[in-house]
Amino acid sequence: MKRLLASTALLAALALPAAAQDADTYQPDPNATPGGSIIITYKDDVATLDPAIGYDWQNWSMIKSLFDGLMDYVPGTTDLRPGLAESFEVAEDGLTYTFTLREGVTFHNGREMTAEDVKYSLDRVTDPETQSPGAGFFAAVAGFDAQMAGEAEGLSGVEAVDPRTVRITLSRPDATFLHVMALNFSYVVPREAVEESGPDFGRNPVGTGAFRLADWTLGQRLVFEKNPDYWIEGVPYLDQITIEVGQEPTVALLRLQNGEVDIPGDGIPPAQFTQVMADPAQAERVVQGGQLHTGYVTMNVTQPPFDSLQVRQAVNMAINKDRIVQIINGRAVPANQPLPPSMPGYAEDYEGYPYDPEAARALIAEAGHADGFATELYVMNTDPNPRIAQAIQQDLAAVGIDASIQSLAQANVIEAGGAGIAPMIWSGGMAWIADFPDPANFYYPILGCGGAVEGGWNWSKYCNEELDAMAAEADAISDPARADERLGMWTEIYTRVMDDAPWAPVFNEERYTMRSPRMGGADALYVDPVSIPVNYDYVYVTE
Amino acid sequence: MALYLARRLLQSVLILLGVTLITFFLLYVLPADPVRQIAGRSATAQTVESIRQQLGLDQPFWVQYARYLRGLLHLDLGRSYLQRSEVSELIWARLPPTLLLMAAAIACEVVIGLVMGIWAALRRGTATDTALMLVSFAGVSAPQFVVGLLMLYVFGVWLRWLPIGGYGTAAHLVLPALTLGLLGAGWYSRMMRSSMVEVLRQDFVRTARAKGLTRARVVLRHALPNAILPIVAMIGIDIGIFMGGIVVVESVFGWPGIGQLAWQAIQRVDIPIIMGVTIVSAVGIILGNLLADIVAPLIDPRIKLR
Repeated sequence: MKRLLASTALLAALALPAAAQDADTYQPDPNATPGGSIIITYKDDVATLDPAIGYDWQNWSMIKSLFDGLMDYVPGTTDLRPGLAESFEVAEDGLTYTFTLREGVTFHNGREMTAEDVKYSLDRVTDPETQSPGAGFFAAVAGFDAQMAGEAEGLSGVEAVDPRTVRITLSRPDATFLHVMALNFSYVVPREAVEESGPDFGRNPVGTGAFRLADWTLGQRLVFEKNPDYWIEGVPYLDQITIEVGQEPTVALLRLQNGEVDIPGDGIPPAQFTQVMADPAQAERVVQGGQLHTGYVTMNVTQPPFDSLQVRQAVNMAINKDRIVQIINGRAVPANQPLPPSMPGYAEDYEGYPYDPEAARALIAEAGHADGFATELYVMNTDPNPRIAQAIQQDLAAVGIDASIQSLAQANVIEAGGAGIAPMIWSGGMAWIADFPDPANFYYPILGCGGAVEGGWNWSKYCNEELDAMAAEADAISDPARADERLGMWTEIYTRVMDDAPWAPVFNEERYTMRSPRMGGADALYVDPVSIPVNYDYVYVTE
Repeated sequence: MALYLARRLLQSVLILLGVTLITFFLLYVLPADPVRQIAGRSATAQTVESIRQQLGLDQPFWVQYARYLRGLLHLDLGRSYLQRSEVSELIWARLPPTLLLMAAAIACEVVIGLVMGIWAALRRGTATDTALMLVSFAGVSAPQFVVGLLMLYVFGVWLRWLPIGGYGTAAHLVLPALTLGLLGAGWYSRMMRSSMVEVLRQDFVRTARAKGLTRARVVLRHALPNAILPIVAMIGIDIGIFMGGIVVVESVFGWPGIGQLAWQAIQRVDIPIIMGVTIVSAVGIILGNLLADIVAPLIDPRIKLR
């Protein structure tokens, strides 16, 4: 065994070598002042604050502020750092992780957090009764299959060695395992609080996080209160956060302009975007940042005409991505591959398919459709997706493809995609946003054979067993010294996916949000790639 | 009366049963799998099947429906698929704001509608009459989300008289109640006008005037009680119309009522909430109609319940 002290530099080297420096030099904001409170608004009700269940982008970062996991990210970045674990060791074979917990971390109910709680939490999230949407992330942990089948009393691979030591054994090496330990689904919950609240734990969350839930008035507001005993000195800065729900984004923006709201949680509504950006006073308070997101058109490779490679390549060459970016007011950058640019493993020098309708027409003729063909393009029915679909429809018409648009509710599009009855789908509104910043997260469910099943999220039904094998090989490399080699393999996997062209990548969305003049903190905290949409623990107010 | 009530009650139960059956069936055949929604995009086939079994969604339609009805008999509306909370609790928390908004909206539509209607009837054939009826026409035709946003902009942002959406004080109530009430006010003013015009032609009105009563006294004491009858009958039926408007108005103004809950649930295909809100609304509509039928003979002795 080699000892890995959890210095952030080493950790970052292990996970993402390119970003190691940022992690090393992260310092608390010198201008940050403690105290004050803010108001943030959302359109939708907060669904649940149970870390084993909450899986929408709205409750994602709220849960991050109420709970902690063994691993965490440097605020505003995609760099791993230790969380509740103060250090860990990885065995030579990459199969055993031994985490040493921090001393003196207490839950909001005052009890000290121990290794038993970590074990309980991981057993709970993989218990079929919990119905966690995140259970699948723990598939590499030994005993996962027996646990999911309901045949075991917990994960045999997770062991509380002593109150401060947790040993986790994997059944196969998993290079993404530390990221999984930083996911909300592995956050630590106290057994007594879960048992007391039963299925309502999501309404009465008790964690170790920087904030605790002080009040929840159903359908109206949630109040988060500073946890004075938080284990990171000086964090959080804010005393209180009021989350008002049920507020239309348009109305939230009006209230922000009126000084009543500090952050519109749903961002700037598309219809108001130009108006906001045209006003220098407002544009100054807009924060822009990349997202781990790609918008794409899937083509069902199991059905004609998209079983033809030439046709799929032609679609890639027919879509005018620059124009589509214009349609959404430039709130995105054109994409040429599945991975977004801010994701490690992104192929900088890959050129992708050029926009070339002439060549596309030729390819379609070559595939035996000289007179074109008719097909269907499924799209989610909320703005701006139907408009984007219309632009794609026009581009396709120009090369002889007559695509009729099926504009449906989100759940219906997902169903059609899963069932494999949709020839083409524009992914907007349902697109993949990474769970954690690792290239593997963009592959298995949406491009791998495992997702290409009835009801799966691989809507192209694309299954390349060679690439699946290569992916498994890459993810078995958990030795930090070979991290670059692993990323190289992933780059190659995605390049080869593009050779087969099951998708036409269209753009990578940029996030635009706003903050009130009194709010402080680095811009990166407001477009945090991990704590979406805002990192509550590190922002502050200046008055 | 007792027999009448018993019959109406039986009818109501049958109507409710029909509503649950139709809604349940429509949600059942919806091409969207709730289990997939719960299980999320990273779930294995095994997880999906296990959740399906736990929720009983692998059972045939009639078994599922029978189970739902059994829960309903115990006032158990089930748990939300996505929020995982008791549906009854979610609805219960949101019912008071909706009832408050409805009461205020009814007050708005009655007051505005009656005043406009009476005024127009008294000025029949003049420019005032035409102008008032034009306004009422606009009220009936304008989409509520447009009216709502316009009012927010004018009174909230521009004049700063009232808060920009939200819930809590009487000031918060004004704009949503007005928005919701304007539609009804449009209808009421037209009904009130024609009803009033009719009554003003009657002999007893002429008699009253001939007795030397003031014009105001004639209109308010003699003509109004007679002209108002059709309006009272309308209010009960209005509750049903409100249900539609409430979804829009509550969303625009951030009003934490069941309309907003329904809208969110529909977008996320959260079937237990959709069912719950539908049933509660159906009960509200049935009660409203029943109330209107019971109150009508109390006001007008010519109407008899049979």
